[in-house]
Amino acid sequence: MAKTVINDIDFSRYNIKAKVKYRHKTAKGLTPEIVEEISYLKGEPDWMREFRLKSLEIYNSKPMPTWGVDLSELNIDEIVAYISPDAEKAKTWDDVPKDIKETFDRLGIPEAEKEYLAGVGAQFDSEVIYHNIKEQLEKQGVIFEDFDTALKKYPDIIREYFMKCVPPTDHKFAALHGAIWSGGSFVYVPKGVKVETPLQAYFRMNAPGTGQFEHTLIIVDEGAEAHYIEGCSAPQYSVSNLHAGCVELYVKKGAKLRYSTIENWSKNTYNLNTKRALVDEGASMIWVSGSFGSKKTMLYPSSVLRGEGATSEYTSVTFAAKGQHLDTGAKMIHLAPNTSSKVVAKSLSKDGGITNFRGLLRVGPKATGVKTTVQCEGLMLDDISRSDTLPIIEIQNDYVDMGYEAKVGKISEDKIYYLMSRGLSEDEAKALIVKGFVEPISGSLPLEYAVELNRLINIEMEGSIG
Amino acid sequence: MGKMLLEVRDLRASVEDKEILKGINLNIGRGEIHAIMGPNGSGKSTLCNTIMGNPSYMVEGGSIFFEGDDITGMKVNERAKRGIFLSFQYPEEIEGITLENFLRTALNTVTGKNQSILGFKKLLKEKMQLLEMKDEYAERYLNVGFSGGEKKKAEILQMAILNPKLVMLDEIDSGLDIDALRIVAESIKKVKTEDMSILIVTHYNRILDYLEPDYVHVLMDGRIVRNGDSGLARELEETGYEAIRAEELI
Ligand SMILES: Nc1ncnc2c1ncn2[C@@H]1O[C@H](COP(=O)(O)OP(=O)(O)OP(=O)(O)O)[C@@H](O)[C@H]1O
Ligand SMILES: [Mg+2]
Repeated sequence: MAKTVINDIDFSRYNIKAKVKYRHKTAKGLTPEIVEEISYLKGEPDWMREFRLKSLEIYNSKPMPTWGVDLSELNIDEIVAYISPDAEKAKTWDDVPKDIKETFDRLGIPEAEKEYLAGVGAQFDSEVIYHNIKEQLEKQGVIFEDFDTALKKYPDIIREYFMKCVPPTDHKFAALHGAIWSGGSFVYVPKGVKVETPLQAYFRMNAPGTGQFEHTLIIVDEGAEAHYIEGCSAPQYSVSNLHAGCVELYVKKGAKLRYSTIENWSKNTYNLNTKRALVDEGASMIWVSGSFGSKKTMLYPSSVLRGEGATSEYTSVTFAAKGQHLDTGAKMIHLAPNTSSKVVAKSLSKDGGITNFRGLLRVGPKATGVKTTVQCEGLMLDDISRSDTLPIIEIQNDYVDMGYEAKVGKISEDKIYYLMSRGLSEDEAKALIVKGFVEPISGSLPLEYAVELNRLINIEMEGSIG
Repeated sequence: MGKMLLEVRDLRASVEDKEILKGINLNIGRGEIHAIMGPNGSGKSTLCNTIMGNPSYMVEGGSIFFEGDDITGMKVNERAKRGIFLSFQYPEEIEGITLENFLRTALNTVTGKNQSILGFKKLLKEKMQLLEMKDEYAERYLNVGFSGGEKKKAEILQMAILNPKLVMLDEIDSGLDIDALRIVAESIKKVKTEDMSILIVTHYNRILDYLEPDYVHVLMDGRIVRNGDSGLARELEETGYEAIRAEELI
């Protein structure tokens, strides 16, 4: 029978539980000994070890957040902070151990790399097992390294930038990240270099009851351009997994960065992630975010527009199904004159899922001539699901052009009936309405990712994963 | 299989616990054109929606047969697949889905066959030309921002593409300017095959002059109170419904 959306739903592709050998695994919980162990295993410089220990102190001194999602069931003492697969980091997929490669094959990563990516990093649990960049970019001076290697090869740059944009003092999970971060990517795009095809990082959590704490640092130098894509997934387990990554982006004068995420953590994962960009004069920062997975998410990508004329856009789809509470939003912080921002956030909830859009728009006293629009829309697919919008707007000068629109509502029975009267089943009608609802976003993604987005929406609509 | 395409027997239906249809009997044979007229709020749209299977309308009694099968409890989409089509009095707007993509999906679903994209484009273009619709409408989101008249044309376009057996036209003529009315009426005639039956709900004779119904029924307060031919429509134009209402009271 005809389908309204893409046909080939392979429900199992996200749920592969690979049986792999692990090399190191720390004990459960968080102690200075465990932190030291991670640092020792990685052979890190002293400053990083001290940074980790200091972060742990900050972590211990901060209370759990009491807003956002309910974290009372998250027991950090039950989480394994570090677990490394028994594999050397490879530069060709042939060198990746078979069992691990199989997982990435089924996720379509090596294939995608061949076809349309400039470089790929793949992390399996705590360590990056594959990292490669097209030679031609390397020749232009583009750096794309896994984070541990970067720390060894570029210690000064890392020390200058690491957790300066998101300091461990920022909040409890930033501190946690500072203490036990592992893996991730470092990207540097030299002045004026335009990386046309995307760089991609794929994060896979495989082991149950563990955490993934990858660090992403991207510096796009003056006048340069890049598109970075991250994908994440994990198989479903009964015990909780924790993801507390950190993304720090530096978009220098006149540079452009697009950062796209398609997140499909399994529905036992706590996703407490921090992403922030510092955007300089005339630079542009674009966020595209699709959040489908996890049990609970708190994620608020932010752009600090600190140079005159800087711009930022944030476009997102959040889809919460049964048992999920996804609290997401964008922060746009205008600190310089003539900066502009645009937020378009769409959320969907079904089978009792909850989505919150939590936006922050702050315009500082010196940021005159700011143009900003926020548009958030929530669509509930039944009576038991929830969708809320919680905007915070702080404007500290009179020269701001602001548009704000928030809409939350249930899917229209009349629209479903109308479509059914043309032959579509109830599910097909709903899927079509949902597809139309997210069209402004899927339409702005590169084709391969629009397909992936549609696929995830299909899976959610069929409700058969997890 | 009998000659009747649609048989409505003593149909009673309610919406929000209010009884609207109070025992409707209506037979439509293959290829026939029937018109239903009646005052505002008398239940004309309710009848169309109940035949289409709108779940907001509860069938309290009676039954609906289509090609001899009892479809009274059947889902809306199953009825659509059997060849029942309703042109809505107020068509819905669907964001983010182009008219073309929607219609291709609908045709695939109704026929159970996947149309080739190019073949479908050709079919669509042909039918849009028939309706004097500009090509660009194919790329617009379904009914979004369409004027009242454009929405009605888009409904007829859907009918032309889906090629149903029974077409219910609920006030297809309201909101159309004189030229649009002519184009719509003429395209209905062109799309109508010998076997296709039409049930048209209208307040005006003008469209009936084009379509020349075989039967005219008057619906008042949930009952069909008069049956006749096109002469009845003209009579109503002169006397209004008051005369009938007066007769009913006697
Ligand atoms: N969904 C609904 N909810 C509540 N009442 C309804 C609903 N649909 C119809 N009704 C009521 O049922 C009665 C019949 O309505 P219906 O739309 O069938 O009339 P109609 O004959 O089509 O009128 P018109 O000529 O104005 O289109 C009216 O009193 C109307 O208010
Ligand atoms: Mg009506």
